[in-house]
Amino acid sequence: MENKNLTKLYDVENIHKLEIYLQKDGYTAVKKALKDMTPDSILDEVKKANLRGRGGAGFPAGVKWGFVPKTVDKPKYLCVNADEGEPGTIKDKYIMKNTPHLLLEGIIISSYCVGINTAYIYIRGEYENIAQRLEAAISEAYTQGYLGKNILDSGFDLDVHVHRGAGAYICGEETALLESLEGKRGNPRLKPPFPASIGLFQCPTVINNVETLSNIPSIILNGAEWFCQQGLPTDGGTRIFGVSGKVINPGIFELPGGTSLKDLIFKHAGGMRDGKKLKAVIPGGMSAPILKADEIDINMDCDSLMESHSMLGSGAVIVLDEDTSMLDVLKIVIKFYAHESCGQCTPCRIGNSWIKKIVYRIAEGKGKKGDIDNIIRLASNMLGKTLCPLGDAAAMPILAITQKFRDELEAKVGN
Amino acid sequence: MNPEFADELRKKISEVTAHYPKKEAALLPVLHLAQKEFGYISPEVEKEVAALLEISPMKVREVLTFYTMFNRKTVGKYHIQICSNLSCILAGGDTLLDYLREKLQIQLGETTADGRFTLSAVECLGACEQAPCMMVNFDYFGHLDQNKIDQILEELD
Repeated sequence: MENKNLTKLYDVENIHKLEIYLQKDGYTAVKKALKDMTPDSILDEVKKANLRGRGGAGFPAGVKWGFVPKTVDKPKYLCVNADEGEPGTIKDKYIMKNTPHLLLEGIIISSYCVGINTAYIYIRGEYENIAQRLEAAISEAYTQGYLGKNILDSGFDLDVHVHRGAGAYICGEETALLESLEGKRGNPRLKPPFPASIGLFQCPTVINNVETLSNIPSIILNGAEWFCQQGLPTDGGTRIFGVSGKVINPGIFELPGGTSLKDLIFKHAGGMRDGKKLKAVIPGGMSAPILKADEIDINMDCDSLMESHSMLGSGAVIVLDEDTSMLDVLKIVIKFYAHESCGQCTPCRIGNSWIKKIVYRIAEGKGKKGDIDNIIRLASNMLGKTLCPLGDAAAMPILAITQKFRDELEAKVGN
Repeated sequence: MNPEFADELRKKISEVTAHYPKKEAALLPVLHLAQKEFGYISPEVEKEVAALLEISPMKVREVLTFYTMFNRKTVGKYHIQICSNLSCILAGGDTLLDYLREKLQIQLGETTADGRFTLSAVECLGACEQAPCMMVNFDYFGHLDQNKIDQILEELD
């Protein structure tokens, strides 16, 4: 069954250009939303579609929009999270590169729905070439009256700006993103207050991932019921899964939410490279707790992975084979989090750097008895004890790796 | 010596500043523009940026040092950033890093004597499906091996 939605136009040459996008019925969702629908009816449809956030947390987009106060005497903002920093995650760049106007449609409709007149796309600094493509698309959209004042004679105004990050994983965390957008260090904020009430420049703010917003046009065109049929009733739509690591065909695969992880690896990504055996899978970006080979008989949706004590995260799957040393994996994981911790909360700053010291010591052959217990103790003391989810994002994979592959790691610790 | 902020750069800065309700919010974009112009952000550039955005130079320093993409010293004409995260290492990225060190005869963070290349190892670049990958300035290169690296570097000006 082929029901592609987000990636269906990728074979069309120059689909990133407005002219070609319009030939493929581009902006019909914007026209429908602005001319035939009210903000309330859009919100209702998006809520019914059960569109869960594609950035990592899986929070329903409609519910998030609903938290924003309707009437306030301040501006409201939309921040598009295009930071795409979670290791393994490769999907948003395809959307922005191939169909920037699809994202813009999502931005226009969501802004109209929530009553927003300014949107920022916060894109990771490394994606400079993609940022330029977005800027070109935005400028095309202004020329044709899809952005700016009185869009399509609806009386609705919207400005969209691209804001480049500068190499900080933490800025994918929504409140760090806001700080960064305000020209500050990316130190996450204490919540509450939540961004929906006090966000960017102290104003009500919606923050949505690129893929999340890119699903909005098809919900508007085809309805919530159709959208749920593309995935699950509680987790609507297709997802762009990214598969990397030891598979034959790494890449992106747009598939219905709830697709089996086994199928994703062995059917879509071509199975294991060099005839090797599967050892483990990281199912949702580096922060997602690892699954052992016998745990992958599972569906790729938010709730199924949560039940298996992992998470769907950004849908980024990293596949490890029998030759992969879990100590090497642990070393890369802890190197990453120790580097990316913003340093604001002690458990995350000190916890990650101590775990790194221990793991690196083990890798040098200088492990000591009790090291693994110490890693587990340190990671456990980070869980739930930090302002933002980075502490958990580090602790969860570290705990899963040390607990599930304890024997292998203990053997490396030696005597 | 004070850096010369030419009219064109000043124009770009005022354009980008207009995107935000507060001038200081334009700090990251302005630092990107300044880095593009000068190659790195010197203390003098920090002061000039601070004056333009009406914030203290220390505020600029504070932000500058948080983000890894801002250079505080000069880098080579080509900044090679090779990914050292999981998917790339699984695909042999670590051996390519050794190869680059050997080929360029520099260590991480160093620049070749002729000023052509700076070598850095970075965290995930978001190109895991093309692992192992690297960036040369803002261009991505994937599915790398030693031959491909030789070819890429040879084709540079």
